[in-house]
Amino acid sequence: MTEKISLNQLTKQFGPILAVNNISMSVGSGEVLGFLGPNGAGKSTTMRMITGFIEPTSGSIEVLGMNVAKNPVEVKRSIGYLPEGAPTYGDMTAKSYLNFIAEIRGFKGAEKRRRVDTVINNVNIENIINQPIDTLSKGFKRRVGLAQSLIHDPEILIMDEPTDGLDPNQKYQVRTLIREMSKEKAIIISTHILEEVEAVCSRAVIIAQGRLLADGTPEELLTKASNHNAVVITINNSIASDKLENAIEAIPNVSTIEFLPINNEDKNVSRLRVFPKNSSSIAGTIGELLRSKDIPIHEMFIERGTLDDVFRKITAPEDFSDD
Amino acid sequence: MINITIIAKREFKSYFATPLAYIFLVIFLALTGAFAFYIGRFFSTEQASLQIFFTYHPWLYMMLIPAIAMRLWAEERKTGTIEILMTLPVSTAEAVLGKYFAAWAFSGIALLLTFPIWLSVNWLGNPDNGVIVASYLGSFFMAGAFLAIGSCISALTKNQVIAFIVAATVCFLFTMSGLDMVLDFFRAWAPEIVVQTVASMSFLTHFSAILKGVIDIRDLIYFLSLIAFWLFANVIVIDQKKAS
Repeated sequence: MTEKISLNQLTKQFGPILAVNNISMSVGSGEVLGFLGPNGAGKSTTMRMITGFIEPTSGSIEVLGMNVAKNPVEVKRSIGYLPEGAPTYGDMTAKSYLNFIAEIRGFKGAEKRRRVDTVINNVNIENIINQPIDTLSKGFKRRVGLAQSLIHDPEILIMDEPTDGLDPNQKYQVRTLIREMSKEKAIIISTHILEEVEAVCSRAVIIAQGRLLADGTPEELLTKASNHNAVVITINNSIASDKLENAIEAIPNVSTIEFLPINNEDKNVSRLRVFPKNSSSIAGTIGELLRSKDIPIHEMFIERGTLDDVFRKITAPEDFSDD
Repeated sequence: MINITIIAKREFKSYFATPLAYIFLVIFLALTGAFAFYIGRFFSTEQASLQIFFTYHPWLYMMLIPAIAMRLWAEERKTGTIEILMTLPVSTAEAVLGKYFAAWAFSGIALLLTFPIWLSVNWLGNPDNGVIVASYLGSFFMAGAFLAIGSCISALTKNQVIAFIVAATVCFLFTMSGLDMVLDFFRAWAPEIVVQTVASMSFLTHFSAILKGVIDIRDLIYFLSLIAFWLFANVIVIDQKKAS
């Protein structure tokens, strides 16, 4: 994996506001990096600096080994960029807009037509290409914006909330498209839809208040969830639950047990969630314990935790009380 | 170079994508006519020349050119398309020039469409067509200077109304500085050199020189350097916004 984008101690200050605070990281070819963070975390600002739209206050960015500040035009040639909200020239038709982008990207004649036709086909906008963009629905507008970023088949793709405003089918299409393209490109997408990260990203970073707070594969981030590897078991009420509780708590890696409410009409069972220490795997030991005591298990499953939970845990404002 | 052409082409077409271009052309033609015939008493002077027609151009441009220029950058900022434009592989100067030339070409078309009045004087008498050609050229360059001011000011804001008002005011000052009303104020106390400098900054001084039929290279250089200065400032404004 070769490094395609690298950020070195990137900082951006807007007046008194520190939008991006000393972020360093790199993205390699074949990676789809998900930028996660609450609104105003600095995701868009970081993307705008990588694409050369705004200049960093300090720090530097290299794209394909070129410094963005020193070779802005060369860098822009290699990047496809979908800005937040997918702005387009609304008074143009989708076709003339894409032709304009293709021309500026240096394509002429048959090659231009081929490129434009390919992206039109890729994002499924064949039926609306002769309509002014202003008259299109939000989903189509966004896809025109997406097509614009793909026309030159860039090595680097930067997309600010690419699926915002799309319906579930369109989201699925766009995610499939991103996954298909990911093999030979370095892709950065920002999103606050966490399922999207699990669906398309090979790596995710969490940014809040301009700082990079977590960096890892979605799996690695999940281990930070408080209920990662927790075991939920459902057993008969007839079992003396306090004894069982004591037995489970005696298992070395178990931290706490929580009784869960039963929602359905079956009042004869109780359900408990067992939290492990340090997200370690405890399901096996608990299973053995229950079997050794001949306790019939109605149901038993391991929780993975959710990125939502991790996200909240990492970005909730009270976590910053220590700085 | 090719990028400037591509941007200019797109920008030029966008004038005609909305009713803006047509409304502008109609109003421009109506006003040039109205000024020449009603205020300038074009017929009563009984002269086969277009001097009266051209005399009112600075005053018309003062209001109408900022209306063409106000959208150049303010609209891109408002709709966010500036983020597309400035992340395409073009330099800031190419983007500024492309947009500027589109607007200038558009104002040139408006000017060309006044040709019936030129036909009229030729039909009614024997005007000095050399003077008329020089005046058209002078008017075109003056429009270019007004436009460069408007383009630069449009880059300062995302609000087109603000862009219009500020540009119209700056254009007004550039025009007025040649009138006795302003110059007398300076003559009262300032040395002649200051008065001359203020007067030399005026569009009117240079434009009326051209209207006499003498294209002095210095008058053209004046307009061209003014265009260059404001477009250069335009590039700086856009680059500055990037860093702020």
